[in-house]
Amino acid sequence: MLNQYPLWKYISLCLVLLFACIYALPNLYGEDPAVQISHRTKSLTQEDKAAVEKILQSKDITMKSADLDLGHLLVRFDNTETQLVAAEALKENLGKQYLVALNLAPATPEWLRAINAAPMYLGLDLRGGVHFLMEVDMVAAIKRLEESLLSDIRSYLRDEKIRYRGVRREDDGLYINFRDLAELQQAAEKLPRAFRELEFTEDEAALTIKAKLTEAAIREEKKSALQQNIITLRNRVNELGVAEPVIQQQGDSRIVVQLPGIQDTAGAKKILGATATLEFRMTEGTRADWLEAEKTGRIPLNAILYHERDGSPVLLNRRVIVTGDQIVDAASTFDQQKGMPAVSVRLNGKGAKKMGETTRENIGNPMAVVFIENKIETKRVGDTMTKHRTTTKEVINIATIQGQFSARFQVTGLDSQEAHDLALLLRAGSLRAPVEIIEERTIGPSLGKDNIEKGFISVVIGFVTVLVFMTVYYKGFGIIANIALTANVVIIVAVLSLLQATLTMPGIAGIVLTVGMAVDANVLIFERIREELRNGNSPQASIHAGYEKAFSTITDANVTTLLAAVVLFALGTGPVKGFAITLSIGILTSMLTAIVGTRAIVNLLYGNRPIKKLSI
Amino acid sequence: MSQTQTDNKVMIKFMSLRKYTMVFSILLIIVSIVSLAINGLNFGIDFTGGYLIEAGYQNDVNLDKVRNALVDAKFKDAQVQNYGSSKDIIVRIAPRADINKATIGDSILNVLKTTSDQEVKMRRVEFVGPQVGEELRDEGGIALLVALGGILIYISLRFQLKSAVGAILALVHDVIITVGVFSLLQIEFDLTVLAAVLAVIGYSLNDTVVVLDRIRETFRSIRKTSAEDILDLSINQTLSRTLMTSFTTLLVLTALFFFGGEIIHGFATALIIGVVIGTYSSIYIASATLLYMNIHKQDFMVEAKEQVVDDMP
Repeated sequence: MLNQYPLWKYISLCLVLLFACIYALPNLYGEDPAVQISHRTKSLTQEDKAAVEKILQSKDITMKSADLDLGHLLVRFDNTETQLVAAEALKENLGKQYLVALNLAPATPEWLRAINAAPMYLGLDLRGGVHFLMEVDMVAAIKRLEESLLSDIRSYLRDEKIRYRGVRREDDGLYINFRDLAELQQAAEKLPRAFRELEFTEDEAALTIKAKLTEAAIREEKKSALQQNIITLRNRVNELGVAEPVIQQQGDSRIVVQLPGIQDTAGAKKILGATATLEFRMTEGTRADWLEAEKTGRIPLNAILYHERDGSPVLLNRRVIVTGDQIVDAASTFDQQKGMPAVSVRLNGKGAKKMGETTRENIGNPMAVVFIENKIETKRVGDTMTKHRTTTKEVINIATIQGQFSARFQVTGLDSQEAHDLALLLRAGSLRAPVEIIEERTIGPSLGKDNIEKGFISVVIGFVTVLVFMTVYYKGFGIIANIALTANVVIIVAVLSLLQATLTMPGIAGIVLTVGMAVDANVLIFERIREELRNGNSPQASIHAGYEKAFSTITDANVTTLLAAVVLFALGTGPVKGFAITLSIGILTSMLTAIVGTRAIVNLLYGNRPIKKLSI
Repeated sequence: MSQTQTDNKVMIKFMSLRKYTMVFSILLIIVSIVSLAINGLNFGIDFTGGYLIEAGYQNDVNLDKVRNALVDAKFKDAQVQNYGSSKDIIVRIAPRADINKATIGDSILNVLKTTSDQEVKMRRVEFVGPQVGEELRDEGGIALLVALGGILIYISLRFQLKSAVGAILALVHDVIITVGVFSLLQIEFDLTVLAAVLAVIGYSLNDTVVVLDRIRETFRSIRKTSAEDILDLSINQTLSRTLMTSFTTLLVLTALFFFGGEIIHGFATALIIGVVIGTYSSIYIASATLLYMNIHKQDFMVEAKEQVVDDMP
């Protein structure tokens, strides 16, 4: 029988369409202004929910709903004003361990959420926010590893009672010098077993052993530096209170950070890229010695010359008492006695023990707090690019030790913003290697809204003009093609929602372009049918031949476009990827709707009955 | 152009014009290449690296005033222009050593605020580091080459060599002219435009494949006609389809161009140029190339597979 589809084909087409309609549906509901509440260390419980509700009640703030989800609490409001007032109230009353972030939560009804239906994920160009691409300074990461190995080698040789003259790090590796051949040989035998990450080569004439990191160790270090940095960045972003952040690895040395809805980008950048930390050291000599050292440049062997914020010199002991790594918690507070901002810190066991010993032995002596900040920047001079690394080390505070203290104490000497930032950084952990922001895109919320509106308008206008044109030109068959085209757009939206792929402005352009190109398949088929009719074939035979003959042409044409789209996807970034995704999905779904979909309708209308004329 | 009536359908002798169109195409390509060599492309910050700040004013902006204010604030190399409307402006600054990356957006906004009594809103700040710009440029070039290569392989597998050569020539023609127009008019060439150029490749090929497909079919079914007539016949048979599809695509692209906003302007422009050129090239470049390569029936005959006779016992 000509032009008849078996029942299962109709049923499966209907099912696909129904499925698509349901999963595209969440996009029709808007978004609720919401506040997302989480805790630094634990998952939120019903008790927290009750506490939040109580706070809101006491302030006369009406909320729409409050849901616990994955340890977060999401409280929805009717409008943005209440949202802002509520966020303020919650921040004040919930205590410092709670993080309060503004959010826009999809207003998807419960029954749709139950089947995991969610609206499309909007890219930053549509919702506003910041996109950062950060490059991890791998050279610095390797240097840091080599330096720590250097001190390990030193203590290993000391423990093994092998005497050496000195160890030093140079750009091409680590060098260990010996006094005589016997010691060198002894070390050369033992070192490779103790340090598997190093390759050792002996130079007996120069009484030197050279150690180099193995390829595997370098690879491992790079990988873990990247992972460690991602963890730290995630902690920092959480501290900033951003809802739905994206922190992802890109390539082997880069990290993408996307913060939807954030406005204070300068502040965010400072926090994300900062490598600020603290060090505690004892001072050396007297103020007169410090000025003398600055003037003559002669610095005692056990000391290093630092400067205070006002530029005056200080000599500090080479030995560090405690570093920032040993700080487990920090908060910005206010020192009541001195009347200035302060950072209260808590040390881990090892740090506390060391601090306790030092302060006990040094009561009455001054101790200094050093604030360290690393920065890198790539600059272009002519055709070459160079990385500039700067490390600022400032003494922010020198205080006389009044009594012994160990785990908990306060540091002053910073302004209140600095105290706040430093506390945040110490809490979130330090970056394993410095990062540099190499790309940044900030989109204001008004522009995001504009883009959505413009994208929507151009889709609608493009779509409607194509519908009108098809109806005028192909009449009955044109309307069939239009049904398929509409189904196609619904299916694209459903697939995008299901995949939770990011919709960007170029992505919308991809949908618009697909609408224009999806008719191509139908045009090919309809032109074939017209041709067959002109050649004097019966309507039924013409329909059959039209679909049959157009098929391979349609496939060829679509495969080539798909090829270009796949290349775009593989090589493109961000917005371009968005375009490639919608274009590829559009091509695939249009094959289904334009060939199988229209055929089903045509068969239903014309199949298996005598027809004299086709409306084409 | 001479026309003959066959089967109540207009038959246009496209191929009789191929000498003129060839000259026309070569002329376009030469102009494009010369412009590319002399003017180059007006690359956006995606490719050059640098800073871009988009700001919205409440009223029309006096660009000279903004420029002077920026020069006074030590942003001598800042380029200022309107963006989309006379109320919105865009400021571009080349990457420089003495710029504080963290606060540049705010400092520019502060300068802009001095030029108007009313509110100035920050709409967009972008920074692309020099290393990223260079990479994107390289990757963009690779993307173009990979796409062309992949398509060449696909076409030579699906058709025979002469058709593949025709298709690729048409593609190269379209890409050069599209990019050439961007160079000639000095329209900004950014990542989305590159995406559009790649889409043009896909689209132009789509068109070419449909025509080539029909040429192959006609060669196989019709005997005793000159190659030129067969090409003309095939082009005529697919003509209404070619025009229809180009027309609907142009409809949606026009909607994008006029209603999609400034950010998508370059993208829509590139595709509109590409669709027009691509439609023309699938007729005149791809098909005419076949004639110049002396295409004949044998090229399209299905090779009879030799039967492998297994004479093992």
